[in-house]
Amino acid sequence: MELCDIIKPENLVYKKPELMNDNPMHYCPGCSHGVIHKLIAEVIEEMGMKEKTIGVSPVGCAVFAYNYLDIDWQEAAHGRAPAIATAIKRLNPGKMVFTYQGDGDLAAIGTAETIHAANRGENIVIVFVNNAIYGMTGGQMAPTTLEGMATSTTPYGRDIALNGHPLKISNLLAQLEGTGLVTRQSVQNPAAVRKAKKMLRKAFENSMMGKGTSVVEFVSTCSSGWKMTPAQSNKWMEENMFPAYPLGDLKNVD
Amino acid sequence: MAKIKGAVVVDQERCKGCDLCVVACPTDVLELHPREVNNKGYHYAYMKNPDDCIGCSSCGMVCPDGCLTIYKVKL
Repeated sequence: MELCDIIKPENLVYKKPELMNDNPMHYCPGCSHGVIHKLIAEVIEEMGMKEKTIGVSPVGCAVFAYNYLDIDWQEAAHGRAPAIATAIKRLNPGKMVFTYQGDGDLAAIGTAETIHAANRGENIVIVFVNNAIYGMTGGQMAPTTLEGMATSTTPYGRDIALNGHPLKISNLLAQLEGTGLVTRQSVQNPAAVRKAKKMLRKAFENSMMGKGTSVVEFVSTCSSGWKMTPAQSNKWMEENMFPAYPLGDLKNVD
Repeated sequence: MAKIKGAVVVDQERCKGCDLCVVACPTDVLELHPREVNNKGYHYAYMKNPDDCIGCSSCGMVCPDGCLTIYKVKL
Protein backbone atom coordinates (compact mmCIF):
# COMPACT_ATOMS: atom_id res chain seq x y z
CA MET A 1 0.00 0.00 0.00
CA GLU A 2 1.35 3.37 -0.99
CA LEU A 3 1.70 6.24 1.45
CA CYS A 4 -0.71 8.37 -0.56
CA ASP A 5 -3.42 5.76 0.02
CA ILE A 6 -2.94 6.00 3.79
CA ILE A 7 -2.68 9.78 4.01
CA LYS A 8 -6.36 10.65 3.63
CA PRO A 9 -8.60 12.66 5.95
CA GLU A 10 -10.71 9.60 6.84
CA ASN A 11 -7.64 7.76 8.18
CA LEU A 12 -6.51 10.58 10.46
CA VAL A 13 -5.77 9.43 14.01
CA TYR A 14 -3.71 12.22 15.49
CA LYS A 15 -3.05 15.85 14.70
CA LYS A 16 -2.12 19.05 16.41
CA PRO A 17 -5.17 20.41 18.28
CA GLU A 18 -7.00 23.14 16.42
CA LEU A 19 -6.71 25.55 19.33
CA MET A 20 -2.96 25.54 18.86
CA ASN A 21 -2.21 27.91 16.00
CA ASP A 22 0.57 27.81 13.42
CA ASN A 23 2.88 30.36 15.04
CA PRO A 24 6.29 28.76 15.43
CA MET A 25 6.94 28.29 19.14
CA HIS A 26 9.92 30.07 20.67
CA TYR A 27 10.69 27.19 23.02
CA CYS A 28 13.98 25.31 22.65
CA PRO A 29 13.86 21.98 20.80
CA GLY A 30 12.42 19.25 23.00
CA CYS A 31 10.98 21.60 25.64
CA SER A 32 8.18 20.12 27.75
CA HIS A 33 6.20 23.36 27.47
CA GLY A 34 5.12 22.41 23.95
CA VAL A 35 3.56 19.12 25.03
CA ILE A 36 1.84 20.77 28.00
CA HIS A 37 0.44 23.53 25.75
CA LYS A 38 -0.85 20.83 23.45
CA LEU A 39 -2.52 18.95 26.31
CA ILE A 40 -4.23 22.10 27.55
CA ALA A 41 -5.46 22.82 24.01
CA GLU A 42 -6.77 19.27 23.63
CA VAL A 43 -8.57 19.30 26.97
CA ILE A 44 -10.22 22.68 26.33
CA GLU A 45 -11.25 21.53 22.86
CA GLU A 46 -12.70 18.26 24.12
CA MET A 47 -14.63 20.04 26.86
CA GLY A 48 -16.03 22.49 24.29
CA MET A 49 -14.89 25.44 26.41
CA LYS A 50 -12.97 27.26 23.71
CA GLU A 51 -14.98 30.45 24.03
CA LYS A 52 -15.20 30.28 27.81
CA THR A 53 -11.60 29.80 28.84
CA ILE A 54 -9.28 32.49 30.13
CA GLY A 55 -5.62 31.69 30.69
CA VAL A 56 -3.21 33.72 32.77
CA SER A 57 0.30 33.54 31.44
CA PRO A 58 3.27 34.12 33.73
CA VAL A 59 6.70 35.62 33.47
CA GLY A 60 9.17 32.96 32.46
CA CYS A 61 9.58 30.89 29.33
CA ALA A 62 5.81 30.59 28.97
CA VAL A 63 5.40 34.37 28.85
CA PHE A 64 4.41 34.12 25.17
CA ALA A 65 1.89 31.32 25.75
CA TYR A 66 -0.79 33.71 24.46
CA ASN A 67 0.79 33.53 21.03
CA TYR A 68 0.17 29.83 20.66
CA LEU A 69 -3.27 28.96 22.01
CA ASP A 70 -6.31 30.67 20.53
CA ILE A 71 -8.17 31.41 23.76
CA ASP A 72 -8.41 34.56 25.86
CA TRP A 73 -5.31 35.37 27.83
CA GLN A 74 -4.20 37.83 30.45
CA GLU A 75 -0.56 38.51 31.16
CA ALA A 76 0.34 38.72 34.85
CA ALA A 77 3.22 40.39 36.67
CA HIS A 78 5.89 37.99 37.88
CA GLY A 79 4.33 35.47 40.25
CA ARG A 80 0.97 37.25 40.47
CA ALA A 81 -0.97 34.94 38.17
CA PRO A 82 -3.11 33.29 40.91
CA ALA A 83 -4.14 36.76 42.18
CA ILE A 84 -5.24 37.84 38.70
CA ALA A 85 -6.94 34.49 38.11
CA THR A 86 -8.83 34.99 41.40
CA ALA A 87 -10.19 38.30 40.17
CA ILE A 88 -11.12 36.92 36.75
CA LYS A 89 -12.88 33.90 38.21
CA ARG A 90 -14.78 35.94 40.78
CA LEU A 91 -15.98 38.44 38.18
CA ASN A 92 -16.79 35.74 35.60
CA PRO A 93 -17.78 32.60 37.50
CA GLY A 94 -18.95 31.00 34.25
CA LYS A 95 -15.49 31.10 32.70
CA MET A 96 -12.88 28.42 33.04
CA VAL A 97 -9.79 30.13 34.42
CA PHE A 98 -6.33 28.69 34.64
CA THR A 99 -2.83 29.95 35.35
CA TYR A 100 0.24 28.60 33.64
CA GLN A 101 3.32 29.04 35.77
CA GLY A 102 6.88 27.83 36.06
CA ASP A 103 8.72 26.99 39.24
CA GLY A 104 10.47 30.35 39.50
CA ASP A 105 7.17 32.15 39.04
CA LEU A 106 5.01 29.98 41.30
CA ALA A 107 7.43 28.73 43.94
CA ALA A 108 9.72 31.73 44.35
CA ILE A 109 8.36 35.20 43.73
CA GLY A 110 4.72 34.11 43.67
CA THR A 111 4.70 31.85 46.73
CA ALA A 112 2.41 34.14 48.72
CA GLU A 113 -0.12 34.58 45.90
CA THR A 114 -0.14 30.86 45.18
CA ILE A 115 -0.57 29.74 48.75
CA HIS A 116 -3.27 32.27 49.54
CA ALA A 117 -5.22 31.61 46.35
CA ALA A 118 -5.11 27.89 47.13
CA ASN A 119 -6.01 28.51 50.75
CA ARG A 120 -9.04 30.56 49.75
CA GLY A 121 -10.06 27.67 47.54
CA GLU A 122 -10.45 29.78 44.41
CA ASN A 123 -12.01 27.67 41.66
CA ILE A 124 -9.09 27.97 39.29
CA VAL A 125 -6.61 25.53 37.79
CA ILE A 126 -2.93 26.12 38.45
CA VAL A 127 -0.72 24.46 35.85
CA PHE A 128 2.71 24.31 37.43
CA VAL A 129 5.67 23.44 35.22
CA ASN A 130 8.57 22.36 37.41
CA ASN A 131 11.90 22.04 35.66
CA ALA A 132 14.03 22.78 38.73
CA ILE A 133 15.70 25.78 37.14
CA TYR A 134 15.12 29.35 35.94
CA GLY A 135 15.02 28.46 32.27
CA MET A 136 14.44 31.81 30.58
CA THR A 137 17.05 33.86 32.40
CA GLY A 138 19.94 31.47 31.88
CA GLY A 139 19.61 28.48 34.17
CA GLN A 140 19.95 30.00 37.65
CA MET A 141 19.07 28.07 40.80
CA ALA A 142 15.34 27.97 41.57
CA PRO A 143 13.71 26.98 44.87
CA THR A 144 12.95 23.59 43.33
CA THR A 145 16.54 22.89 42.22
CA LEU A 146 17.65 19.48 43.46
CA GLU A 147 20.34 18.98 46.07
CA GLY A 148 23.74 18.89 44.39
CA MET A 149 22.34 20.02 41.04
CA ALA A 150 24.68 22.30 39.14
CA THR A 151 23.15 25.53 37.83
CA SER A 152 24.74 28.74 36.61
CA THR A 153 24.51 30.28 40.09
CA THR A 154 25.47 27.07 41.92
CA PRO A 155 28.22 25.73 39.63
CA TYR A 156 29.39 23.27 42.30
CA GLY A 157 25.88 22.01 42.98
CA ARG A 158 23.15 23.21 45.34
CA ASP A 159 24.49 23.18 48.87
CA ILE A 160 21.77 22.50 51.46
CA ALA A 161 23.65 24.37 54.21
CA LEU A 162 23.92 27.46 52.03
CA ASN A 163 20.82 27.37 49.81
CA GLY A 164 18.30 25.31 51.77
CA HIS A 165 16.25 22.34 50.67
CA PRO A 166 14.36 21.90 47.39
CA LEU A 167 10.87 23.34 47.87
CA LYS A 168 8.14 20.77 47.33
CA ILE A 169 5.41 23.31 46.95
CA SER A 170 2.78 20.88 45.67
CA ASN A 171 3.07 18.87 48.89
CA LEU A 172 2.63 22.12 50.76
CA LEU A 173 -0.45 23.07 48.72
CA ALA A 174 -1.94 19.64 49.29
CA GLN A 175 -2.02 20.40 53.03
CA LEU A 176 -4.35 23.35 52.51
CA GLU A 177 -8.06 22.85 52.88
CA GLY A 178 -8.86 25.00 49.85
CA THR A 179 -7.37 22.64 47.29
CA GLY A 180 -9.44 19.85 45.79
CA LEU A 181 -6.95 18.23 43.48
CA VAL A 182 -3.18 18.32 43.69
CA THR A 183 -1.40 16.00 41.32
CA ARG A 184 2.09 15.60 39.95
CA GLN A 185 2.50 14.40 36.37
CA SER A 186 5.11 14.33 33.63
CA VAL A 187 5.12 14.23 29.83
CA GLN A 188 8.29 12.36 28.90
CA ASN A 189 6.66 9.38 27.15
CA PRO A 190 3.27 8.59 25.55
CA ALA A 191 1.97 6.74 28.64
CA ALA A 192 2.78 9.69 30.88
CA VAL A 193 1.19 12.10 28.39
CA ARG A 194 -2.07 10.11 28.40
CA LYS A 195 -2.17 10.02 32.18
CA ALA A 196 -1.33 13.70 32.49
CA LYS A 197 -4.12 14.59 30.08
CA LYS A 198 -6.64 12.65 32.16
CA MET A 199 -5.65 14.50 35.33
CA LEU A 200 -5.59 17.85 33.56
CA ARG A 201 -9.13 17.26 32.33
CA LYS A 202 -10.24 16.35 35.86
CA ALA A 203 -8.63 19.54 37.16
CA PHE A 204 -10.50 21.69 34.63
CA GLU A 205 -13.76 19.88 35.38
CA ASN A 206 -13.26 20.35 39.11
CA SER A 207 -12.74 24.07 38.64
CA MET A 208 -16.07 24.34 36.83
CA MET A 209 -17.84 22.27 39.50
CA GLY A 210 -16.52 24.53 42.25
CA LYS A 211 -14.41 21.94 43.99
CA GLY A 212 -11.66 24.31 45.03
CA THR A 213 -8.25 25.01 43.59
CA SER A 214 -6.75 22.35 41.35
CA VAL A 215 -2.98 22.17 41.05
CA VAL A 216 -1.43 20.11 38.27
CA GLU A 217 2.33 19.99 38.59
CA PHE A 218 4.31 18.83 35.56
CA VAL A 219 7.79 17.58 36.36
CA SER A 220 9.52 18.63 33.17
CA THR A 221 12.84 19.18 31.51
CA CYS A 222 14.97 22.13 30.50
CA SER A 223 17.47 20.71 28.04
CA SER A 224 19.12 24.09 27.44
CA GLY A 225 19.45 24.88 31.15
CA TRP A 226 20.56 21.39 32.05
CA LYS A 227 22.92 21.33 29.04
CA MET A 228 21.78 17.96 27.71
CA THR A 229 19.97 16.71 24.62
CA PRO A 230 16.17 16.40 25.01
CA ALA A 231 16.38 12.60 25.18
CA GLN A 232 19.14 12.75 27.80
CA SER A 233 17.15 15.29 29.79
CA ASN A 234 14.17 12.96 29.91
CA LYS A 235 16.40 10.18 31.20
CA TRP A 236 18.02 12.48 33.74
CA MET A 237 14.60 13.61 34.88
CA GLU A 238 13.46 10.02 35.40
CA GLU A 239 16.59 9.19 37.38
CA ASN A 240 16.99 12.34 39.46
CA MET A 241 13.77 14.36 39.50
CA PHE A 242 11.30 11.54 40.10
CA PRO A 243 12.87 10.37 43.41
CA ALA A 244 12.63 13.96 44.72
CA TYR A 245 9.27 14.73 43.09
CA PRO A 246 7.42 11.39 42.92
CA LEU A 247 4.56 11.30 40.42
CA GLY A 248 0.97 10.68 41.43
CA ASP A 249 -1.95 12.32 43.18
CA LEU A 250 -1.05 14.18 46.34
CA LYS A 251 -4.67 15.01 47.00
CA ASN A 252 -7.80 14.01 45.14
CA VAL A 253 -11.05 14.91 46.87
CA ASP A 254 -14.19 13.66 45.14
CA MET B 1 -5.18 -11.03 11.65
CA ALA B 2 -5.91 -7.59 10.46
CA LYS B 3 -2.80 -5.77 9.50
CA ILE B 4 -2.44 -2.15 10.44
CA LYS B 5 -0.51 0.37 8.44
CA GLY B 6 0.26 3.88 9.46
CA ALA B 7 1.88 6.98 8.08
CA VAL B 8 3.41 10.06 9.68
CA VAL B 9 3.38 13.43 7.98
CA VAL B 10 6.04 15.77 9.35
CA ASP B 11 5.65 19.53 9.15
CA GLN B 12 9.28 19.95 8.20
CA GLU B 13 9.45 23.70 8.67
CA ARG B 14 7.94 23.48 12.17
CA CYS B 15 10.17 20.58 13.28
CA LYS B 16 13.07 21.52 15.56
CA GLY B 17 14.87 18.20 15.36
CA CYS B 18 14.63 17.44 19.08
CA ASP B 19 14.73 13.67 18.48
CA LEU B 20 11.94 12.91 20.99
CA CYS B 21 9.69 11.29 18.35
CA VAL B 22 12.58 9.09 17.21
CA VAL B 23 13.06 7.88 20.80
CA ALA B 24 9.31 7.38 21.34
CA CYS B 25 8.70 5.34 18.17
CA PRO B 26 8.29 1.67 19.13
CA THR B 27 8.96 0.37 15.61
CA ASP B 28 11.96 2.50 14.68
CA VAL B 29 10.24 4.29 11.83
CA LEU B 30 11.42 7.85 12.31
CA GLU B 31 14.87 9.33 12.07
CA LEU B 32 16.33 12.82 11.92
CA HIS B 33 17.44 13.54 8.41
CA PRO B 34 21.21 12.93 8.31
CA ARG B 35 21.92 15.66 5.72
CA GLU B 36 18.92 17.84 4.91
CA VAL B 37 17.96 20.79 7.10
CA ASN B 38 14.91 23.08 7.15
CA ASN B 39 14.98 26.87 6.88
CA LYS B 40 15.84 27.22 10.56
CA GLY B 41 18.80 24.86 10.17
CA TYR B 42 17.36 21.92 12.08
CA HIS B 43 17.69 18.32 10.92
CA TYR B 44 13.99 17.53 10.67
CA ALA B 45 12.40 14.13 11.32
CA TYR B 46 11.36 11.93 8.40
CA MET B 47 10.08 8.39 7.91
CA LYS B 48 13.10 6.17 7.43
CA ASN B 49 11.14 2.88 7.41
CA PRO B 50 7.63 3.84 6.28
CA ASP B 51 6.62 0.17 5.97
CA ASP B 52 7.02 -0.45 9.71
CA CYS B 53 4.69 2.33 10.88
CA ILE B 54 1.68 1.08 12.85
CA GLY B 55 0.03 4.48 13.34
CA CYS B 56 0.23 4.31 17.14
CA SER B 57 0.58 8.12 17.54
CA SER B 58 3.34 7.78 20.15
CA CYS B 59 5.52 10.20 18.18
CA GLY B 60 2.70 12.72 17.86
CA MET B 61 1.96 12.68 21.56
CA VAL B 62 5.50 13.49 22.66
CA CYS B 63 6.17 16.05 19.91
CA PRO B 64 6.49 19.41 21.69
CA ASP B 65 5.86 21.42 18.55
CA GLY B 66 2.85 19.56 17.23
CA CYS B 67 4.44 19.00 13.84
CA LEU B 68 3.34 15.39 13.37
CA THR B 69 0.06 14.24 11.82
CA ILE B 70 -0.63 10.52 11.94
CA TYR B 71 -2.84 8.39 9.70
CA LYS B 72 -3.79 4.76 10.12
CA VAL B 73 -5.63 2.13 8.03
CA LYS B 74 -6.66 -1.46 8.69
CA LEU B 75 -5.93 -3.73 5.75
